[in-house]
Amino acid sequence: MPELQLREAIRAAMTEEMERDEDIFLMGEEVAEYNGAYKVSKGMLDQFGPERIIDTPISENGFAGLGLGAAMNGLRPIIEFMTFNFSFVAFDQVVNNAPNIRYMSGGQFKLPIVFRGPNGAAGQLAATHSNSTESLYSNFPGLKVVSPSNPDDAKGLLKTAIRNDDPVIFLESELMYGLKGEVSDEDDYTIPMGAARVAREGEDVTILAHSKSYHVAMEAAEALDEEGYDAEVIDPRTIKPLDLETIARSVKKTNRLVVVDESNPFASFASEVTHQIQDEAFDFLDAPIARVTAPDTPAPYAPNLMDEYMPSAEEIVAEAKRVMYVE
Amino acid sequence: MATSTRKEDKQDERAQDAADEQASNEQAEKQQDDADAAAMANGQPDGEASDDDQPDAESDDIAEQAQDEKPQGEASGEDDSDEEPQDANDESPAGKPIDVPGEASLEVEFNTYPANSYAHDDLGFEEDDLIEIYRNMLLQRRFEERCRQMYQRQKISGFLHLYIGQEAVSTGSIQAIGLGEDTVITAYRDHGMALAMGMEPDACMAELFGKETGVSKGKGGSMHFFDAERRMFGGHGIVGAGVPLGAGIAFAHKYRGDDEICLCFFGDGAVNQGAFHEAANLAGLYDLPVVLICENNQYGMGTHIDRAMAESKVYRHAVSYDMPGGVANGMDVFSVNKAVRDHVEMAREGQPSLLELKTYRYQGHSISDPAKYRAEGELEGQQEQDAIARLHKYMLDEDLASEDALDEIDDEVKQETKDAIEFAEESDLPDEEAIYDDVYSEDDYPFLMR
Repeated sequence: MPELQLREAIRAAMTEEMERDEDIFLMGEEVAEYNGAYKVSKGMLDQFGPERIIDTPISENGFAGLGLGAAMNGLRPIIEFMTFNFSFVAFDQVVNNAPNIRYMSGGQFKLPIVFRGPNGAAGQLAATHSNSTESLYSNFPGLKVVSPSNPDDAKGLLKTAIRNDDPVIFLESELMYGLKGEVSDEDDYTIPMGAARVAREGEDVTILAHSKSYHVAMEAAEALDEEGYDAEVIDPRTIKPLDLETIARSVKKTNRLVVVDESNPFASFASEVTHQIQDEAFDFLDAPIARVTAPDTPAPYAPNLMDEYMPSAEEIVAEAKRVMYVE
Repeated sequence: MATSTRKEDKQDERAQDAADEQASNEQAEKQQDDADAAAMANGQPDGEASDDDQPDAESDDIAEQAQDEKPQGEASGEDDSDEEPQDANDESPAGKPIDVPGEASLEVEFNTYPANSYAHDDLGFEEDDLIEIYRNMLLQRRFEERCRQMYQRQKISGFLHLYIGQEAVSTGSIQAIGLGEDTVITAYRDHGMALAMGMEPDACMAELFGKETGVSKGKGGSMHFFDAERRMFGGHGIVGAGVPLGAGIAFAHKYRGDDEICLCFFGDGAVNQGAFHEAANLAGLYDLPVVLICENNQYGMGTHIDRAMAESKVYRHAVSYDMPGGVANGMDVFSVNKAVRDHVEMAREGQPSLLELKTYRYQGHSISDPAKYRAEGELEGQQEQDAIARLHKYMLDEDLASEDALDEIDDEVKQETKDAIEFAEESDLPDEEAIYDDVYSEDDYPFLMR
């Protein structure tokens, strides 16, 4: 299996799908002549030409809506947000048109569209450029939300997202674009949405973490291992649909859960999972469910404050020990 | 009409403008990217995402920036980046002096379509066509009069925005396109457009009653009528939000290379939304086959256009988007039809345009609005130029129909409307399980919260 960077895996998914289906096009800021702000679409203009790899003005509400209209009229757009912070400029289109038109038209119009781009904090970019949007977008029925942690999942899930007939929010990460990993070179490699991956099996505590946080969770699991505790790490891969079954099964085994998510904590993905699991596995829990999230503050700039802001392996270890009632 | 010459001039201007813009944008973007790259480099979490690409990206940018800063004409032979075409810097106007003309003025021609300027045979309409046009406008009016009544009887709930007074806009426009092939999208005052497009009064009334037999299965209501078969793309409730969709619908026509065009309707209120301006810019930029039609009924809810729009001659906004603009009297179905035909023709040639149709709504913004903000006599003055009465008079004056024949049509559409109410009354409300239908493409979407 070839080793690809995350950006290359995403590019491979888009390229393969565009070779397969002429109705797919890629549109966004700097995707064509600039080769992508983060070089995700590098070379795609050369391969597919300006009719299918389309630069836009800085006009998110306009081109997000344009993508939706094109989807209503039979195409399958991939709309790149340079980062999901800028999707807020297109909020009306993303949350009030994309998820509602199928429903309001009584199923007459489908909207096969992928909104993709990097999500979450990426260093010292301060509050406006550090938003995590998974909790927000998964609150809107009609949207699907995908957030992979590695190149292989990214490729398989993006191909699935592109083929899906509903609007999909596909969340990537600036900091992971260079992350390398083995990627399947199967001809038609897809991964279904709503299937979590048990990345590390363990008996003592379950840690649930996606995207960047997954890697921090794995680091924490290693640290716990050194102290003799056996953590199970689950990567949900898709936020919505959520593979509640796999998470619940694990919790029924370990009886403890730590949810890691770099989003702000109030009304978040972590709080939703906490509710779902207490509902599903209340009698199996030996401790309250713990969360490791960003604090309930905007993202700061100063380096020490930003370190404090992001979930760390130390915090995860501490929370895991707290729910295991060990020092 | 200055359309054709404008179109040709546009190519040269655009090439120059694009080059200018690219130059200034590149500088700004590169500074941003350097900042991003630097921030990313120090923001990496320990132990993962050791991104060997970031330093590359950063150094690429610095190299590119250095090239941009070279005076124009210097050899680009030192360019060691294999990502940039060798002559990119030669084409870039970076380093050229800023060009500000000594004198500047703007003279633009617009197409105008005043009332009473066109006869039916100018437009190729036969007597039968006129009867159909008359019947259709009258159907819209009688249908909506009944809607008002049904709302008062609490058969219809939610918001109800009546179209009465604006019927020439819908009928005149739809008569100018290939129905079922060309695409149409409109805003929330959509009953008239639906009926003009041949959507069944039965199914329209049933939607207003919230019945499963409604045009949107009782899921959309008054503001969200859809008909995929007739290529009616909705019925959109948020002011301005449908305009980018219209651009996208047109984008798909162009992408596929079909011969179809999109009529994208919106109200004067939408012109003050960013969504309109972004969509108009994209339409102009990508040469999309769309006619942006502002149905100017002069009020955004209760606020007159003069109190809401700095440049309240809507057609003039076309200049900003490098497209032809036009204005027609929306109370004359012939003027509307001629205007839309001309603009549709442009769209078929890949030229987007902005067309303002000046009209007037006789009712309040919604059923609950008594419209006390109108000046005294304003409504009555507008009603004197009523589009249906105008066509009625035209057909009698021109001896194209008898009074009796027109009365009979009125009786027929009144009956059709009554039948629609009966159909709606007799239809069932949606099954309660239907609340979960059509949220997603999968029937058994696994984690829908119930």
